[in-house]
Amino acid sequence: MAQSNKPIVWGPFAAGGTLTAFLTPALILLTLLAGLGHVPELLAYEALRAFASHGLVKLGLGVVIFLSLWSAAHRLRITCYDLGVRADTLVATLVYAVAIAGTLAAAVYLLRLPAA
Amino acid sequence: MAEQVTRKPYLRELPRTLWFLRHPRYVRYMAREFSCFFIGAYTLMLVLGLKRLAEGPEAYAGFLEALASPGAIVFHLFALAFSAYHSITWFRLTPKAMPVQLGENFLPDGVIAGAHYAGWALVSLVVLWLAGAF
Repeated sequence: MAQSNKPIVWGPFAAGGTLTAFLTPALILLTLLAGLGHVPELLAYEALRAFASHGLVKLGLGVVIFLSLWSAAHRLRITCYDLGVRADTLVATLVYAVAIAGTLAAAVYLLRLPAA
Repeated sequence: MAEQVTRKPYLRELPRTLWFLRHPRYVRYMAREFSCFFIGAYTLMLVLGLKRLAEGPEAYAGFLEALASPGAIVFHLFALAFSAYHSITWFRLTPKAMPVQLGENFLPDGVIAGAHYAGWALVSLVVLWLAGAF
């Protein structure tokens, strides 16, 4: 049977594509409102720190960040190919590495959240 | 065995990078694919926000202040437009990705896509409401 890493790469892409389709516009609206001076209650420092301190919320945030970054990375890789960049192995290594590094960084920051 | 081919084949010229400007359909395809740039950049911005949150109240206040800069507002507007375009195109494809068969017939495409659009609207409202945006 032919071996392929496609399902491993493509699975998180499909999951992330669906997740970002449902969630990302609303998240962008939240930080846009904050930028326009109407900070949503949850984005106030103490509220967000307390919210992100729950173990399940940490896990959820980690999953959202990983799937969002991975699906963006995968699509960026395909887009680079479409735009005539044929060094696919290099591009793939770079974009997936950024996705994984971003996820690991998020995990570190979540674990470093100060207790109340 | 392959025969010797001595001909001068016609090679259609194809721009390596800007080929997608040749047809509106290709432009829409690239617009959809390019949405990943904004979704990825926005997610990295969220990671930066987590960093500032972990660093304490002053660092986090600086992050909120940076969100109010004109550059951040413009970025958010582009990110909002492109991510919404991603959502629309993603849900528009759901009837192709998972057709639903009922007996001899298939559920109409519009019903499957429409259910996803409605779910998207509901999820967005719940997120905004839970976050206390209104």
